[in-house]
Amino acid sequence: MSTQQQEPETQEAPEDPEMKGTQSPQERRLEEKESGLTEDADSAGDLEGETVHLKVFRYDPEVEGKQEPRFDDFHVPFEKGMTVLDAVMYARDEYDSSLTFRHSCRQAVCGSDAFFVNGKQRLGCKTQIVELEQPVRIEPLPHQEVVKDLVVDMDHFYDQMHAVEPYFQDEETPAAADLEEQRQSPENREKIKMSSRCIWCGACMSSCNIAAGDNEYLGPAAINKAYKFAMDDRESEAIKEHRLRILEQEHGVWRCQTQFSCTEVCPKDIPLTEHIQELKREAVKKNLKFW
Amino acid sequence: MYEHDVIVVGAGGAGLRAAIAANEAGADTAIVSKLHPVRSHTGAAEGGINAALQEGDDWELHAYDTMKGSDYLGDAPAVETLAQDAREDTMRLEHWGMPFSREEDGRVSQRPFGGLSYPRTTYAGAETGHHLLHTMYEQVVKRGIQVYDEWYVMNLATSDEDDPNDRECHGVVAYDVQSGQIEGFKANNGVVLATGGPGQAFDHTTNAVSCTGDGHAMAYRAGAPLEDMEFIQFHPTSLPSTGVLISEGVRGEGGILFNNEGERFMFEYGYANNSGELASRDVVARAELTEVDEGRGVDDEYVHLDMRHLGEERILDRLENILHLAEDFEGVDGLVEPMPVKPGQHYAMGGIETDENGQTCINGLYAAGECACVSVHGGNRLGGNALPELIVFGKRAGRHAAGEDLGDPEIRTGYGDDVEDETETDLPVQPGAAGLERSGGVAADGGVAADAEGALERAVERERDRVDRLMNKDSGVQHAEIRSKLQQAMTDYVNVFRTEAGVKKALKIIRECREEYQDVYVDDPSTTFNTDLQQTYETRNLIDVAETIALGALVRNEFRGAHWRQENQIRDDENWLKHTLVSWDDGEPSIFYRPVILEGEEKTYEPKERSY
Repeated sequence: MSTQQQEPETQEAPEDPEMKGTQSPQERRLEEKESGLTEDADSAGDLEGETVHLKVFRYDPEVEGKQEPRFDDFHVPFEKGMTVLDAVMYARDEYDSSLTFRHSCRQAVCGSDAFFVNGKQRLGCKTQIVELEQPVRIEPLPHQEVVKDLVVDMDHFYDQMHAVEPYFQDEETPAAADLEEQRQSPENREKIKMSSRCIWCGACMSSCNIAAGDNEYLGPAAINKAYKFAMDDRESEAIKEHRLRILEQEHGVWRCQTQFSCTEVCPKDIPLTEHIQELKREAVKKNLKFW
Repeated sequence: MYEHDVIVVGAGGAGLRAAIAANEAGADTAIVSKLHPVRSHTGAAEGGINAALQEGDDWELHAYDTMKGSDYLGDAPAVETLAQDAREDTMRLEHWGMPFSREEDGRVSQRPFGGLSYPRTTYAGAETGHHLLHTMYEQVVKRGIQVYDEWYVMNLATSDEDDPNDRECHGVVAYDVQSGQIEGFKANNGVVLATGGPGQAFDHTTNAVSCTGDGHAMAYRAGAPLEDMEFIQFHPTSLPSTGVLISEGVRGEGGILFNNEGERFMFEYGYANNSGELASRDVVARAELTEVDEGRGVDDEYVHLDMRHLGEERILDRLENILHLAEDFEGVDGLVEPMPVKPGQHYAMGGIETDENGQTCINGLYAAGECACVSVHGGNRLGGNALPELIVFGKRAGRHAAGEDLGDPEIRTGYGDDVEDETETDLPVQPGAAGLERSGGVAADGGVAADAEGALERAVERERDRVDRLMNKDSGVQHAEIRSKLQQAMTDYVNVFRTEAGVKKALKIIRECREEYQDVYVDDPSTTFNTDLQQTYETRNLIDVAETIALGALVRNEFRGAHWRQENQIRDDENWLKHTLVSWDDGEPSIFYRPVILEGEEKTYEPKERSY
C-alpha cells in the first residue's frame, strides 16, 4: 500500500536562494530560533506535568484490524526535552509493543527515523515535542510503500543511491606498503563538507514532487552523493566528466524544478537544491547534451 | 539455506572492513546485519583515528601510550599490531575518498587527544565515524559484496564437542525482519562477529538502541569466553538528559570543565595536574562524579564543559557538529553558554576473547571491533583508539577467515594449561541459565559430531521452536519491563564507582531478570517487521552480557583503568596482571584468568604509575 498523497509542497522557493548560500547552517538555525519559526517555540516548559497527545498511523498487512490503515491515539507523559522518538518509544514500551518504527542512534546520525510529523518530513529523534502543535500526527514518509506502521520500504531509495556509482574512483590505488595521502586543499574539503553529511534518511526524496511523479528520477540524496565526488579534487577530470554524464541523463539533474522542498526538510541542513543547480551549471560548462 | 565462504555479522566499521578484506582475499563474502550498514553505530563516533603518521611521531609511541592508557592490561602483540597497522589502514581510507579534515599544505589534520604523547588523532570534523562508515560502505557497494540488511542473526550454528576448543562454527541462523522468515546461513570458511558494543545493558549510555551485545551473547553461549567484561568506559562528557555524546575533541581543542563554583576542578582539586581535562577518560569521569558527590555539581547531577573561549570561527570550523548536538538534544547553545555534561556508559573494553588474527577458541568463529577483546584497550581505551581497532582487526579477521596466512598468533584463546581457575568467589546467587535457556548454546547432536549441514539444520529448528514458543504464548511479562529493570540495576550498581555489596545486588537483580524472562511473551502477532520479537531476543542477550560484566566486577578486587573498587583502591599488579575470562560452560558460568602479555616484539612494557 502507499500512503495518501500529502498536501502539495509549496511551489515557490521559500526564501531567496542567494541568501541561503551565504548563511551558515548555524546562522540560519539561530535566526530561526530568534524569529520563532518553529510551530510553537515559546511553549517550552508549558507541558511540564502534562501528557502529550499522539495520533500515530497504524498498518499491518497481516493483522486483523490493521489491514486498513488507521490512526491510534496515545497519551504520553511529557518530560523535559522529550522528542518525537522518545514519545513513540514510550508508547511502544508502555502501551503497545506492536507499534513499529525504525530507530537506532537517537542522535541524528543513523538516519533511521525520518517520519512525517504534523505534515512535514522530520527526524523523530531531533524533533522536540514542545515545538509541535497537538495532537502530534505521526505518519510514515509519504511516497514510499508502507511495510508496517511507520516503517517504509527503503529499497527504491537505496537503488537510486547506488545508481550514481557512489564510491571514490581514482586512476590507480598505490601499493599498500608506502601509502601517502592524496593532497586536498582545506577549501576543497570545505566545498564537499555539507554534501558529505547525508545520513540517507530519505526525507528529501519523500518531500520531492518530482520524485513522486517520476520513479526513475535519481532524487536529491543520490544527486548530492554524486556531487560529493564530482566536486572532490582528488578525483580526476575524466572521472568528473563521467559522473556528470550519469547525472545529466533523462532522469537526472534536469528533472529538478528548484522547489527547495528537499532543502527545507533536510535534517542535516544540506543545501541540496543548490548542489543540484551547481551540477546543472557544471554540465552546461562541459558542453554535455542536456534534456 | 544461504551459503557463502565468509559470513560477516554486523555492518559497522569492523564488519565492513572485514567484508572488504575477505572479498579482496578472494572469498565469496556476505554481510548479515540487523541494520542497513549506514545505520550502524560506528557512524556516531566523533573524535578520530589514532595513527602515527607524522615526522616526529612513530608507532612505538602510539603503542606505549596505548599500553599506559590500558593500565597495563593490554596484550603487547595486539597493541603493537594496532599501532603498526593503523598508519597504512588510515591512509587506505584516505585513498578510498574519506573526507578527512585538512591542513594548509593539503595533508590530513591530526589533533591532540587524551592520553596521547603526540597529536595523532586523525579526524574528519567531529563526525569521523560517520565518514568512516559511509566511505567503507561505498567500497562494499563498489565491490558488489552481498548485504542481507535487516536480517537479525539469532544464533550461531556451532558443533557441540565437550571442549569448546574442539568446536567448529558452521554458520548462523537469521531471520528476515521484513518477512519473519528464518533461514540458515552456511559459512564454508568462517563467521566474523562484528556486532558492536553492549551499551544497552546500562540505563545512561551514549550507545544506540541497537547496541545490545548480540555477538557477545551468541559467542559466549557457544563456548567462547568473554574477556575483561568488567572494564566499561564511562565517557566523561555525555549530555545528561539523553546520553548523547559530546566528543573528546572539544577538550582536545581546548574546552574546559568547571564545577558549580566556576572552578577548573581537574587542576584545582589535583585530579590531573599535568593533563587536566585531557587526562584519560576514566580519570575525568571519576573526577566529575566526585565533584557532584562533594556538592560541587551543577543541579547535583553534572558539571559544565565550556568551549566559548575558543571563538565562533574555530568552533564552527572544527566542532560544528557539537553545536547541533547540544542544541537539539539539550537545548543549549554552546556558543553562548557552557554545556552540561556527565559520565555515560560509552564503550566496552572487554568482549569476545580473540587472538590477533581475530579468531576465537572456536574454529571458524571470529570477532572484531567493540564486540571483541583482542586485547588492545585493556583496562581503559584511549580516545581515538576505537576506530583504528575496527579497521586493523576487522581487516585481519576478514583476511584470516578467507584463508590467508597471517602467521601464528602469540595470544592464546580458550581454556588451556596457561590459565588459572577462580576458586574463591562468593556468589550471592547462582548465575547462568534458567529453565528453558539451558539448551541453546550449541547445536546439540546427541554426541555425534555433526556435519556442517546437520549443525545448521538443527540450529535453524531450534530458533524456529523458540520463536513459536514466544509468539504462541498469550500472556506473561514483556521484554521492555525486564530490560528496563536490568539497565537500572547496572547503572545503579555497576557504574563508575563499584562496591562489593552493590555488585552483588546487581547480580541478584540480574538473576530476577532471568527468572522473569522465563515468562516473557511477544504480544505482536505479526510476522511482518516484528520488532517486539527482535527486542525480546536482544533482551535475553543483554541479560547474559550484563551478568558477565557484573561477575567480572565482583571478582576483580582492585582499581585498574576504568574499574574501581571501593574495597581495594589500588592497582594490584602482584595479583591482577591478568585477564578475567567468563565461560558459559553449557549454562553454568565459570571464571578463569590468563596472564597479560607485556612482552612486545623488541621490548617489555614495565607497569608504571598511570599519572596524567
